[in-house]
Amino acid sequence: MSTIYLPAGLPAPTTAPDGLADPYWQGTREGKLRIQKCRGCGAWQWGPEWICHRCHSFDLGWDEIAGRGRIYSYERPHHPVHPALNGHGPYIVVLVELPEYGGVRMVGNLLGDPLQAVPIGAAVEAVFEPHDDATPPFTLVQWRLVG
Amino acid sequence: MSERSLRGKTAIAGIGETTYYRHGKSPDSEFKLALEAIVRACEDAGVSPRDVDGFASYGNDRSDGPRLAAALGVKELRFSNMFWGGGGGGVCGAVGNASAAVATGMADCVIAFRSLAQGQFARYGRSGGSPLVGGDDAFLFPYGLMSPAQRFAMKVTRFMHDHGIGQNALRAISLACYHHAQNNPNAVMQGRPLDEAAYDASRWIIEPHFHLYDCCQENDGAAAVLVVPAEQARDLRHAPAYVLACGQGADHRSAAPVHNMPDYPGSHFRSLAPRLYAMAKLAPADIGIVQCYENFTGGVLMSLVEHGLVAADAANEVLVKDNLIAPNGGMPLNTSGGNLAECYMHGLELVIESVRQMRGTAINQVKRNEAAIIIGGPMVTPVSSLILGSEATL
Ligand SMILES: [Zn+2]
Repeated sequence: MSTIYLPAGLPAPTTAPDGLADPYWQGTREGKLRIQKCRGCGAWQWGPEWICHRCHSFDLGWDEIAGRGRIYSYERPHHPVHPALNGHGPYIVVLVELPEYGGVRMVGNLLGDPLQAVPIGAAVEAVFEPHDDATPPFTLVQWRLVG
Repeated sequence: MSERSLRGKTAIAGIGETTYYRHGKSPDSEFKLALEAIVRACEDAGVSPRDVDGFASYGNDRSDGPRLAAALGVKELRFSNMFWGGGGGGVCGAVGNASAAVATGMADCVIAFRSLAQGQFARYGRSGGSPLVGGDDAFLFPYGLMSPAQRFAMKVTRFMHDHGIGQNALRAISLACYHHAQNNPNAVMQGRPLDEAAYDASRWIIEPHFHLYDCCQENDGAAAVLVVPAEQARDLRHAPAYVLACGQGADHRSAAPVHNMPDYPGSHFRSLAPRLYAMAKLAPADIGIVQCYENFTGGVLMSLVEHGLVAADAANEVLVKDNLIAPNGGMPLNTSGGNLAECYMHGLELVIESVRQMRGTAINQVKRNEAAIIIGGPMVTPVSSLILGSEATL
């Protein structure tokens, strides 16, 4: 059993109805972080879309990237908005910018003490968080401070 | 060749609103509330509801135009319009769309309205139900990022970080709204004043910037305005509030998925505001009535900056309570109490208050009342804003 940051029972990701994000979620199950890269112009794109916003190519590949970034912004919700969070207390959501990949941003939780200070600009690395007991199983990408 | 513009072609000739209720307290159904507000707006203008020929709304309002037209005995429905997007991003857009229909001759007498008895349906700010989420939400909900407040909080965090703006600026916005509501008998928060200490002591909804009093409540009620051609408005009961400009839309890729809009720390008016002022042929300094939609105070801050009403690097000095209250503040804000303290009528109450201010009949009357700006739904996509002017501004 691996540990998970937030309590079980929150909504789980699905790629229904159109399968657009299938390669991402298949990748995280394998411990790989993949985002879209345009085969036409080379632009990185996140979140997923059917077309490249820069050159309008429909030929979008999914390339594995290194899970390295820096905290662009954050929030620490206190008020529970889902029954699974009742009584849980505050937690941290971070928006992580990936300078090596066109500055795309990803959303996740910042692992560790939920009351810790969150320094904007700090380096973070990706951590895979498998939910093997879910139906169907899925794996989230979380973040932790480097060093 | 004539200039393509809404400026001065239409006016708001009637305003109507129901009693505003706390969430879930309306004794009437949502559709009945809509009818009441519309009938009152017609009475205010001195126009028969049968002569209304169009309806414009936003936020996926459930009171649809054809049913309203049938219920009111409208002779002929010529315009039935919904502005895409949730929340109050479309409040000014609905008035603008009504004006566009009237200005172009598609219709003659159009109601822009909002009706809400949300408790009779589902609740905002609360996520239950579906165990699986797809699309953009699949990358957000599993991390506990679900409610509107949570969707927008990180924009505010980064904006205030970038500009060195302190929490007191947000507090002043909230205090001004509550202050104005104390004189307003239709304000849900009348009799519930707010001071600095109570604000500071209020619980966190989301750190680092959203206290309880930075967040809108939910309410029940309905509000409506009647838009007619400018020349017809001059013959009706009240001095017309001319529509000088409406802007609506979104900045470049504002809806990019998973928080990837290029201009992240903002409220989505950066490209809209210059268009708005250009059509109105007015500058921020010309405007004495400022009504800005508070879903969250942080959105007010950013949208005031994007509309050139407050400079980001002066926000700590300008956004202080005394400066934001009528009649003597430099920029009275949300003079009936706004979404926070009058009623969360998704901003239509702000349009109505602007018209009262221009007529000189507001409870917290401002001194400079020739022109009004209303800013709708900061941080959602799309957004909209509106400038109204008196005869003197034409
Ligand atoms: Zn491309």
